[in-house]
Amino acid sequence: MRFTEEQELFRTTVREFVDKEINPHADAWEAAGIFPAHELFPRLGELGLLGLEYDPRWGGQGADHTWTLVYGEEFGRCAASGVAMAVSVQTDMATPSLHRFGSDELKERYLVPAVRGDMVAAIAVTEPDAGSDVAGLRTRAVRDGDEWVVNGSKLYITNGTQADWLCLLARTSDDGGHRGMSQIVVPTDVDGFSVSRKLDKLGQRSSDTAELSFVDVRVPVANTIGEIGRGFQQQMAQFQNERLIAAYMAIGNLQLALDRTITYVQERQAFGRSLGDNQWIQFKLAELVAEVDLTRQYCYACAEAITSGADPLTVTKMASIAKLKTGRLSREVADWCIQFHGGIGYMEETWTARYFRDSRLLSIGGGADEVMLRIIAMLAGIGKA
Amino acid sequence: MREVDSETMKIVVCVKQVPDSWAEKTLGADNTLDRGSVDAVMNELDEYAVEEALRLQEAHGGEVIVLSMGPSQTTDTIRKALSMGADSGVHVIDDGLHGSDAVATSLALAKAIEGRGADLVIFGSESTDARMSVVPAMVAERLGLPQLTFSSSVSVEGSTVRTNRVTEYGYDVVEASLPALVSVVEKINEPRYPSFKGIMAAKKKKVETVDLAGLGVSADQVGLAGSWSAVEEAAARPPKAKGTIVTDDGAGGTAIADFLSAQKFI
Ligand SMILES: Cc1cc2nc3c(=O)[nH]c(=O)nc-3n(C[C@H](O)[C@H](O)[C@H](O)COP(=O)(O)OP(=O)(O)OC[C@H]3O[C@@H](n4cnc5c(N)ncnc54)[C@H](O)[C@@H]3O)c2cc1C
Repeated sequence: MRFTEEQELFRTTVREFVDKEINPHADAWEAAGIFPAHELFPRLGELGLLGLEYDPRWGGQGADHTWTLVYGEEFGRCAASGVAMAVSVQTDMATPSLHRFGSDELKERYLVPAVRGDMVAAIAVTEPDAGSDVAGLRTRAVRDGDEWVVNGSKLYITNGTQADWLCLLARTSDDGGHRGMSQIVVPTDVDGFSVSRKLDKLGQRSSDTAELSFVDVRVPVANTIGEIGRGFQQQMAQFQNERLIAAYMAIGNLQLALDRTITYVQERQAFGRSLGDNQWIQFKLAELVAEVDLTRQYCYACAEAITSGADPLTVTKMASIAKLKTGRLSREVADWCIQFHGGIGYMEETWTARYFRDSRLLSIGGGADEVMLRIIAMLAGIGKA
Repeated sequence: MREVDSETMKIVVCVKQVPDSWAEKTLGADNTLDRGSVDAVMNELDEYAVEEALRLQEAHGGEVIVLSMGPSQTTDTIRKALSMGADSGVHVIDDGLHGSDAVATSLALAKAIEGRGADLVIFGSESTDARMSVVPAMVAERLGLPQLTFSSSVSVEGSTVRTNRVTEYGYDVVEASLPALVSVVEKINEPRYPSFKGIMAAKKKKVETVDLAGLGVSADQVGLAGSWSAVEEAAARPPKAKGTIVTDDGAGGTAIADFLSAQKFI
């Protein structure tokens, strides 16, 4: 893929912003278990980062998907992956459905401020008893005149403690299974909504993750995104954005991790030479360089498929493959980075420790590896798992 | 003296492209910096200059022209300033400029600024590659403009520009009537990042290229031939010598004192 001069300049903007405005705070935000989304997001909004592909009518930049790839790769280099993940929830996980299917009034009210960075958004799908199996979710919205009355709970919700609104997936009829769900915008200042608890995590610690509770929460039926009863299908489309941005960010982070490890093994001396003089280490790292390069090219192919208008099934298959492969590769690379750093790699003061913990999420969040495999098996005609 | 109103306030900002400060720099056969071999960026202090110009424009209206002298890749730096918000660019480019020292550079820049009707010319106070801090003063001298260098704040009111001039003991408040030349120090502001909109808008902005003939400067006034100073010889910086480690066996203090006195520090 060839990037334009403008895209290269934009890449520099994102890289410098991450280096100068986020990374210096990474340690403090990791320790605090949260970052100040309401301070950071408006600054990202100013740069045009929160609505790259959205219609300028709603404050977006009207850019093509390649720009999302550039933003993802660069933001992926963030010293606190939790912040990158939280930003990507705002850009590619909680808002795409609203942009695609939402009414003008709903977009005016919730999308415009989210693109400006004045409102923080979250995506609320997972529940205590429904993660991989989205069709099993139980949170229910019952219609009462012009209002939905929502009851239930959501688990592991990123931005959960500081979100101003949620893109909620709830059951709105008794059809069961994939049918009868709707996506509803739920502002978090309504009666009956509460954050049950902020969750303590293995990694991504700068991102706040929460369990949310809904007790007789009333929201207008007009807050429904798109068609009533099409929530599952709309969410499946939204998942493709989620999986792609996760893969793009992983690529940026993978490259950075390898570069840093290569520098380290060249400097560290043992047995009278640098670690990098050992063929085993050279070959292992060369292998990983090759894997990262292949995977990056696959991600670029995904971006091109989208910009050239590939059909939804092709996009779904490619996004699933990209997410699966970047997830697995991130685990492998993080493991080797620690291995070749030795003891210092195991220390919290070295970047490797955080990367090891953070990178583990990719094979679980946004659909576990096995869920990606299910989709790929289905789309490749191997069978229905 | 010029009364500045929003229609006419014209600011020329001079920016330089420099090698990334951490990059390994090499010299060419003629002992000049090999600019092609390193990643080039906008001189950091010049980002503050551009930002200050944009802020003045936001307050008073008018126009910001970014001016840069350098080889072809200098367009990247001009683009960046345009993406930050400057209105148009001037690129001074000519093979004959290669190897120009500060005096020669100031001639080319002054000629390029002359006749543009600038109310204010803004520079960063030094470049990270040469670190001489003399070009702004030389350009001011050539243009016959008052110079307000090392400014940590700049404000314009009517026909007066007022700055805080950083000194060893704090700062002096100095002022001059327009047109004038100002150089700014680090931390005068927080330079903005080029936004998506800024980057796309820059695509349509005009960049004028000017060569020596266009400036009315002859080849023997600039470049290696026209420079007053020349680098005769250059040697690589010697590797850092290993320091002396003093183990404190009770006489550590004496050892340190002996060392300092041997170096004539005490
Ligand atoms: C840090 C973090 C942030 C998150 N943020 C959000 C968020 O913002 N919004 C949101 O809605 N959710 C979020 N999630 C939830 C995430 O999407 C789910 O955890 C994920 O989809 C897996 O669901 P589960 O945890 O219920 O695991 P389960 O569904 O219980 O699955 C457990 C494991 O079983 C395996 N498995 C599952 N199904 C199959 C199968 N059919 N065949 C073979 N193996 C299978 C997989 O290995 C899987 O990891 C987040 C999770 C984490 C950890």
